[in-house]
Amino acid sequence: MASALRRLGSAAARRGLSTACEDTKKSLFQLPQAGGKSSNLCSAINQALHIALESDPRSYLFGEDVSFGGVFRCTTGLADRYGKSRVFNTPLCEQGIVGFGIGLAAMGNRAIAEIQFADYIFPAFDQIVNEASKFRYRSGNQFNCGGLTIRAPYGAVGHGGHYHSQSPEAFFCHVPGIKVVIPRSPRQAKGLLLSCIRDPNPVVFFEPKWLYRQAIEEVPEEDYMLPLSEAEVIREGSDITVVGWGAQLSIMEQACAGAEKEGISCELIDLKTLIPWDKETVEASVRKTGRLLISHEAPVTGGFGAEISASIVERCFLRLEAPVARICGLDTPFPLVFEPFYMPTKNKILDAIKATVNY
Amino acid sequence: MASWFRRSSGSVKTVARQLLSSRLGSGGALNQSFAIARSSPHPLPLSSRSSLVIWGMSRVAELGTIQRFESTEEEKHLEPPEEEDSDLDYHEEMDFPGGKVRFTSEMEFISGNSETRVPCFRVLDQYGRLLNNVDFEQVSEEAAVKIYANMVTLQMMDVILYEAQRQGRISFYLTSMGEEAINIASAAALSDDDVVLPQYREHGVLLWRGFTMQEFANQLMGNRFDYGKGRQMPIHYGSNKHNYVTISSPIATQLPQAVGIAYSLKMDKKNACAVTYIGDGGTSEGDFHAGLNFAAVTESPVLFICRNNGWAISTHISEQFRSDGVVVKGRAYGIPSIRVDGNDALAVYTAVKRAREIAIEKHTPILIEAMTYRVGHHSTSDDSTKYRPINEIEYWKTARNPVSKFRNWVESNGWWSDEAEAELRTRVRKQLLQAIQNAEKTEKPPLRELFADVYDVPPANLQDQEAELREAIKRHLEDYPSDVPV
Repeated sequence: MASALRRLGSAAARRGLSTACEDTKKSLFQLPQAGGKSSNLCSAINQALHIALESDPRSYLFGEDVSFGGVFRCTTGLADRYGKSRVFNTPLCEQGIVGFGIGLAAMGNRAIAEIQFADYIFPAFDQIVNEASKFRYRSGNQFNCGGLTIRAPYGAVGHGGHYHSQSPEAFFCHVPGIKVVIPRSPRQAKGLLLSCIRDPNPVVFFEPKWLYRQAIEEVPEEDYMLPLSEAEVIREGSDITVVGWGAQLSIMEQACAGAEKEGISCELIDLKTLIPWDKETVEASVRKTGRLLISHEAPVTGGFGAEISASIVERCFLRLEAPVARICGLDTPFPLVFEPFYMPTKNKILDAIKATVNY
Repeated sequence: MASWFRRSSGSVKTVARQLLSSRLGSGGALNQSFAIARSSPHPLPLSSRSSLVIWGMSRVAELGTIQRFESTEEEKHLEPPEEEDSDLDYHEEMDFPGGKVRFTSEMEFISGNSETRVPCFRVLDQYGRLLNNVDFEQVSEEAAVKIYANMVTLQMMDVILYEAQRQGRISFYLTSMGEEAINIASAAALSDDDVVLPQYREHGVLLWRGFTMQEFANQLMGNRFDYGKGRQMPIHYGSNKHNYVTISSPIATQLPQAVGIAYSLKMDKKNACAVTYIGDGGTSEGDFHAGLNFAAVTESPVLFICRNNGWAISTHISEQFRSDGVVVKGRAYGIPSIRVDGNDALAVYTAVKRAREIAIEKHTPILIEAMTYRVGHHSTSDDSTKYRPINEIEYWKTARNPVSKFRNWVESNGWWSDEAEAELRTRVRKQLLQAIQNAEKTEKPPLRELFADVYDVPPANLQDQEAELREAIKRHLEDYPSDVPV
């Protein structure tokens, strides 16, 4: 499993980096001005975990193979630095990892649980859906497991097949009580992960594993957090709003650049937090552009794009000049050989942008 | 293949075989290796003498913490010694990352079950008489009377509240009839700092910790004083001040959570453990495995108390598993375990008290299988006479009743009387009826509680939905229950 994914690097070369644009919003959270060390997403995650463990002695990090650094190396050096009792391997049992994390968090600790691949999160589904998400509500706020953050690498890598490629975020977006967060780049990953770890609610944090080594940008070395439930306009435009999250944003950016050459101005939005999501930012953009396209790797049917589409139609029906377009994964299991056919590629998106603008 | 897999010499084999066969007959290879490394895995056989032996912990003092099979340095084996120089260890053991494993040339399958079942520790006989030479935790008059009074109170609560459900005053109820001793005696053996993660048939633990009749009634009615704010079905109690984590309906999910809590207690060096309860049916869930295995590996002080009551709704124990009950499962995880008579309050008290001390001192989980019987139906939605013989229920209700058994012992000490019994029953009945009436009269939690606590603060979507709902209520007030303040 690990070795298969170590081959990830070369295959992903055609996948570009989604650059961090200036923040368009002011908030309590402050992304430090550009600068810092050039880091990839894996290293940015590692920095965030270092800071989380350093800044709070009641924080713990655990999961399969995290002790030696993890199969993606995101937890390198942490066990040595913070000790085997705070950073440790667990048995191969996802429901145990999350259940253990809930208990740890219920005692006022920050429990950072790693699920080795998002594809393997389903044995923990019950613990997440029936337990973590309802822990506060069902007790009338007598107990909570808000200190729990579940990290899981998700998404395509070019050769992951059924079980090292899936994007299961929509399952979790149907669960009141948890938050779902997906970063698009190293700077984002560090700031968002620290926010998730410190957020007083249980969070599922999906990491775009394709970008672990592909995405490189300057990441501030200090401790900083980026706000949850705030989308970001990362490219301003006037003809169509294009919404996505995680690794898919880099593909969408390429499509937007292609559209620009044909005279179409796209506004690209990174949702970042899928629940509870920032409807207002998307709505404001669609009110301006009159058109909406959503793209994600997960299968189109029942994907989170459907929720965004329905919500925006409710709010902007009279302003819409074309049907909402969804360019997503196909309704098949994630295929190995057929991955290039399955994926919501740049040209599929570009075609849909043109079709929507010319509707 | 590494050289240390080579076959052992004939003479050594013979010695080993003699050594093994002298120990255990057909006990199986796994037991044999344990027998050599430690002591006999079996506690004393059933006899008139009763003894508390925590399985796998019979020599707790020597064993120290939970057993770990240390790996040995394998490099020394890379160069095979000359045949004539070889020592016994070299031929007889395989170095494995998980420690040394002794070789055998006997091809023998380990039996799925031992020839004799693991005996059940008890202190009192069926009639409540103290057994001779029994090793048990002494209980003062005050404590014994308190345990008994709580058992009676629990029994009365169950009778009256079951009836209240039948009258339509509450929507659902679930009794612990027949399991009063496990509930109360285990609670009595714990410290208030021990964090309890119940399944759902353990309200006696909460009663013991001082949850009042009124607090029970408020939860059952889901009124504004219910700590759960009316969000869960009746019997889903929870109380932070009593270290009693709110119940959820899914089975066994609390087990891995208990390990996380226990790990935190250990890290904080607290003189406390986590205690989690489960039924026999729950041991078939994946979370049972997850919980026990995580507890063993993380060396967390957690007591797993299994109420083996023979039935999981209508599923008979023989349809649940084919092992010798639950106690034997502890060994598979490397967890000390014990089987006790769950209808003997003194046995439960003794086992839990000792287990608690070991768990905290040695940083180890302990599995306790308390043998009992679910005398009541599964819940008010169940009629158990449809799937089990009435005679069986009657037998456990009368001949093996844990409350009357314990009363016999308390009375035999001169600590209890018919007058005390009558006074207690009158008082509890009055308190309970009063609590039900008060709870009924209390209004439901206000509508805003529908939206609170999903997150620490309601996000925009919930604020929008609350506003929309309030508009709908204004238009159609008649559609909504009148006892919920809007």
